[in-house]
Amino acid sequence: MSLKDKIPAEMEDLPAMIAHALAIEEEAGERYADLADQMSVHNNDEVADFFRTMARVEKIHADKIRDQARGIALPEIAPWDYRWRDAESPESTLLEEIHYKMTVHHALKLALVNEQRAEAYFADIASKTANAEIRAMAEELAEDERAHVKLVEDWLAKHPEPATGWDEDDDPPVHQD
Amino acid sequence: MTSASTSSPAPRPADFKSDIKPVWCPGCGDYHVLLSFTKAMAHLGVQPHEVAVISGIGCSSRIPAYTNCYGFHSIHGRALAVATGLKVARPDLTVICAGGDGDGFSIGGNHFLHACRRNIDLTYIVMDNEVYGMTKGQPSPTTDPNWDSALTPGGTGVSPFHPLVIALASGANFVARCFSGDPNTTAKVIAEAARHPGFSFVQILSPCATFRPDQKEWRNMVRDAPVGGTDDPARAARRIMTDDGFNLGILYRGSRKSYRFSVGENKDELAAIEGKFTL
Repeated sequence: MSLKDKIPAEMEDLPAMIAHALAIEEEAGERYADLADQMSVHNNDEVADFFRTMARVEKIHADKIRDQARGIALPEIAPWDYRWRDAESPESTLLEEIHYKMTVHHALKLALVNEQRAEAYFADIASKTANAEIRAMAEELAEDERAHVKLVEDWLAKHPEPATGWDEDDDPPVHQD
Repeated sequence: MTSASTSSPAPRPADFKSDIKPVWCPGCGDYHVLLSFTKAMAHLGVQPHEVAVISGIGCSSRIPAYTNCYGFHSIHGRALAVATGLKVARPDLTVICAGGDGDGFSIGGNHFLHACRRNIDLTYIVMDNEVYGMTKGQPSPTTDPNWDSALTPGGTGVSPFHPLVIALASGANFVARCFSGDPNTTAKVIAEAARHPGFSFVQILSPCATFRPDQKEWRNMVRDAPVGGTDDPARAARRIMTDDGFNLGILYRGSRKSYRFSVGENKDELAAIEGKFTL
């Protein structure tokens, strides 16, 4: 399946829905933790700390969903069989948007996109499912994600866009330009 | 051919990751390949100690250190030679050989041809970014002839290497192309490659964020191959030769028997051979 043609999410099975919600939070947390490591390796400690904070936030969300799912047998789903709208789960940061000299502003912009994608994903499920239980859960999760969008927007207001040249490096890795 | 371990708990992708933080550039596609690898191995149900990751030299060849599997960061271009020896000696291991386009197709080009020909049961993953990244941006065998840089003003003018069709012509039993930016589909292909008997070759288009920022566009250029994989090498060759390098998927699944090393399996026989060389 190409990246552009992924089917929209439609869920008719509550355990599958929970498994998707859990995977979203777990994968987002793992991605933020990886990004924090990348920034640490490249001595960008401020952004590393931000990504670590986001990893903790996502872990709290994952734990909450896991608690809600206690007693429900979740299906084993192969990574490629999840029904995402894009190549990856909606809260997974696109790796190619990362830069070693990025600022917290840039990281927040990425986080904002992630939260918006997650909100749209759950809202889409809520609008399409015929299952009342799933609709209720999807609406609740969409509402959670809307709250996260607002939170990230508030953070962004405190971290304005840096001046042009933020990515300039006095000792760049590229020598042929 | 890899099969699931039965005596241990089901592994998770994180079980295949080591504590060593990768030093790849942020934005490098190789991060996603590592992720795909861990997902594929967990799905196969093998344990980290049942897998060996063998590499050569280059950015992508750092991958064994970032896994919890057995690993061998070998010498430039010789990863397949090491992997071949290992698989012959330890056929019980799932052997994954990994590296980049320069390591695999230039320095290791000859090993690539003969690994395909021998059809030993291992999987070769090439993270192809069409550049030598570790040595600061020289053109590699897969670089477009018109790629203009200070090191190659006006481009090399040299026709690029076609790894998939060469793998096919040389006897590889499984040929696929993936994009690192779709790590879940890539994981599926790696898992299928590891399961398929014989030599499996997976080219992964893996953008270089530092020396080839233009490759960010690959996300918009890749597409599924219009038809599924075939077991007919002639048909597969025609398809691969006529695509533009951005068709993704499993393009060929062969049924050639994988190489089996027989001499020495019987200990008495091995002792007899060794006896001839004993002074």
